[in-house]
Amino acid sequence: MSLKTEELVLNMGPQHPSTHGVLRLELLVDGEIVKNVIPHLGYLHRCFEKHTEALQYFQIVPYTDRLDYLASMGNNFGYVLTIEKLLKIEVPERVEYIRVITAELQRIASHLVAIGTFGIDVGAFTPFLFCFRDREIILNLFEEITGARFLYNFMAVGGLNYDLSNGWVDKVKDFIKYFRPKLKELNDLLSFNKIFIERTASVGILPADMAINYGVSGPMLRASGVKYDIRKNDPYSIYNRFDFDIPVGQGLQGTVGDTWDRYWVRVLEIEESLKIVEQAIEQIPEGDVKAAIPKKIKPPVGTAYGRVENPRGELGFFVVSDGGNNPFRVKVRPPSFCNLSVINEICKNNLVSDVVAILGSTDIVLGEVDR
Amino acid sequence: MNNLVQEIIVNLLLAAAPLFLWILPYALLAVYLERKISGFMQDRLGPMRVGKWGLLQSLADIVKLLQKEDIMADAVDKKLFNLAPLLVFIGSYAAFATIPFSSIYIGSNIDLGVFFVTAISALVVAGLLLGAWASNNKYSLYGGMRTAAQIVSYEIPTAIVILSVVIIAGTFNLKEMSEQQTANIFNWYIFGGPELGLKKFILIPFMLVGTVIYFISSLAEVNRTPFDIPEAESEIIGGYHTEYSGMKFAFFFLAEYANMFAVSAIITILFFGGYQSPFGYLGNLLNIKWLVGVEQIFWFLFKGLLFVFVQMWLRWTLPRLRIDQLMVTCWKYLIPISLVNLIIIAFISLL
Amino acid sequence: MKEYFKNIYETISTVLVGMGVTWKHLFEKKVTIQYPDERLTLPERERNRLYVDMEDCIGCRQCENACPVDCIEIETVKALPGEDAGKTKAGQKKVFFVTKFNIDFSKCCFCSFCVFPCPTNCIKMTDEFEYSEYSRNNLIYNFSVFTPEEAEEKKRKFAEFEKEKAAQKAAAVAAQKPAETNTNTSNNNQ
Repeated sequence: MSLKTEELVLNMGPQHPSTHGVLRLELLVDGEIVKNVIPHLGYLHRCFEKHTEALQYFQIVPYTDRLDYLASMGNNFGYVLTIEKLLKIEVPERVEYIRVITAELQRIASHLVAIGTFGIDVGAFTPFLFCFRDREIILNLFEEITGARFLYNFMAVGGLNYDLSNGWVDKVKDFIKYFRPKLKELNDLLSFNKIFIERTASVGILPADMAINYGVSGPMLRASGVKYDIRKNDPYSIYNRFDFDIPVGQGLQGTVGDTWDRYWVRVLEIEESLKIVEQAIEQIPEGDVKAAIPKKIKPPVGTAYGRVENPRGELGFFVVSDGGNNPFRVKVRPPSFCNLSVINEICKNNLVSDVVAILGSTDIVLGEVDR
Repeated sequence: MNNLVQEIIVNLLLAAAPLFLWILPYALLAVYLERKISGFMQDRLGPMRVGKWGLLQSLADIVKLLQKEDIMADAVDKKLFNLAPLLVFIGSYAAFATIPFSSIYIGSNIDLGVFFVTAISALVVAGLLLGAWASNNKYSLYGGMRTAAQIVSYEIPTAIVILSVVIIAGTFNLKEMSEQQTANIFNWYIFGGPELGLKKFILIPFMLVGTVIYFISSLAEVNRTPFDIPEAESEIIGGYHTEYSGMKFAFFFLAEYANMFAVSAIITILFFGGYQSPFGYLGNLLNIKWLVGVEQIFWFLFKGLLFVFVQMWLRWTLPRLRIDQLMVTCWKYLIPISLVNLIIIAFISLL
Repeated sequence: MKEYFKNIYETISTVLVGMGVTWKHLFEKKVTIQYPDERLTLPERERNRLYVDMEDCIGCRQCENACPVDCIEIETVKALPGEDAGKTKAGQKKVFFVTKFNIDFSKCCFCSFCVFPCPTNCIKMTDEFEYSEYSRNNLIYNFSVFTPEEAEEKKRKFAEFEKEKAAQKAAAVAAQKPAETNTNTSNNNQ
């Protein structure tokens, strides 16, 4: 006698603890095995792109904060870079350095969240709070220079809205000194834990060619073994002055491009970001950060595409100017959105528990996916 | 007839009431400790606002749960839905019946004590499965399926380890087991039992393995991390208790914590001397008879709570396993090792 | 078989290492701040609720224009020739009565774009962050020093003045026009 089995549709989200926001995944499951994953987006759609058409260029900066709200500095950076390209203006040295420092600190903060929430997805609570404890220090640092903890509105076209405050550089140095041992502790607790490795190694393997075909970028692409980082491949700002490595997935615990690699690349990237911050802090010159901010931004007719390496991948802004006060069109290339698109391919024929782990390792931010 | 009724009532009061008086405060304490320990391990403070150091927090939680509206979805099977939490609680409560808390207090001193505990705690599975199915929720169903598969598999290594201890002890009676491990810390079964000689020293490593295996499988039986997949929050939300709220949810919760202590108590009895003190008794020293019994209760609760603490410690350290890895752990690792362990111990006991 | 024992060893050793970490943290200093009793000192640049010093406000509307979410609503009335709109602390003479200066904090996004262009530094970010309300209307803060009646009065007066001015202008024009027509006619007459 053979029993007839039936496939079941399981709705994961929009209210689900591990969809990282309001993402809805429609899983077609056969028992515990997932046959198909359909992501449903749009629960957090805020019309960013349409909004920008009614705003002046400088007013868009706080809106970009709210795209990838875990990496606001990076979003600011990408946007102001694009507009500077459009206006063809040079920014002072000091501004560049501060931008790089804050963007790299933001990368650390963002990766800490990614690692921590990934820990929660596979059931480890303590690393999550350790990560948030250390991220808190970075947020405090940002609060001191920008006055906000989350949505900084720090960078302006042509400069910065605020200069560094007194003693901030020393605090960053203290943080780096404090943070290095904590990273080792995190590795002891989570990264090399056998159960964690079993849960993540050789799960949700994303081959390099598939990653490229889907337009995946950032740590997810590098975990698949592709050494592609905009900071190195198309250096913007002053990234070519610093000495740092691009960590790629090597399949240390399983296969190249598995969930553990995606996690591990983020841990290594934190180290690299610390290196960049250390170097930048030593070289930071004096100067006026507000000097080059134009009084009125009215770019000539034309287009510009600026891209930065955000913690989640390549964040691009395509701005079309019709010569007026407001942009004619701003198109965002959100890394989370492109990274999410590959979810069906890597979740297929895994277990329900793996879907959660894989989704955690893609590290999406729904504010950016839906815009 | 009248006599029988009287006897039942007297027995109820003598045997069941003290248990209940222990389980409720214990559950409150355990919830508080769980939150405090998790907080401290994560560099937080845990609950701090209700009472001094948040001591009344769990009481406040219970009051909140009691007041809550009893929400029941339309599509649930109402009778089974209501029955399930009771069944779960009965299962975990009944397991306490044969556990000797001290030489002067045991709910029911039956000869097949260990058997009874393993058998009655399986009732919990029925309750969980019932609740999961009656909830008419896909996530609950997943939780129910997982929990059934998990608990049924892990009963096997548990039973095998228990058997190996029974071989050494020569009895199924939990009280007799405890009595055998008296006087000295080295008379505990983890150190090979009370009999002296070469046999004892050969036994020690195997008993240690047995302890570890029992502890791991007991974790799985009470659905604690790293085996908490039936109620994995990040995967299937609440598992079998997704649809439950208010007092019914509290029953599941209470049963979970009661179970935690039950398995810790069994470990204590099987390997760590039960209610026996690791060194002498103050009561014997001062020649006060009743003090010994009280001291024994203290030692029993202390050891039990120690293992509850280890369970919590593990929970806040480890990630959780996946369902297939759970099965692999059980069938490929725990069962073969415990079987080999059992055979070796059986041979040693023949020496 | 080697793999089998390696797995067992790795699992037990890494679990013990992890337990060591959590055990160590059991006794470490805690980072929790008992919020309402204990408070962090907020940095100077803290960006929370806005405050407007109306004494300094000259009604230039630059903040209103800079706001990306349009949460500031300003109405000004020009001071009449005889009236004195006051002076800022720095001694600058004001030209406008600011009859309405509403900030809707349910809309405000705390970007501080209104702070940067202010010529007299009268609009400021404060460190006040606890201002929850039960009603959304309570989040609309009115900074104007004028009561609604006074504002109405000012507006009415200004409107009257305007009207008067317009009437005067019209009269002047009218006075000029007849003269023109007169000359025209006289020209015609000639």
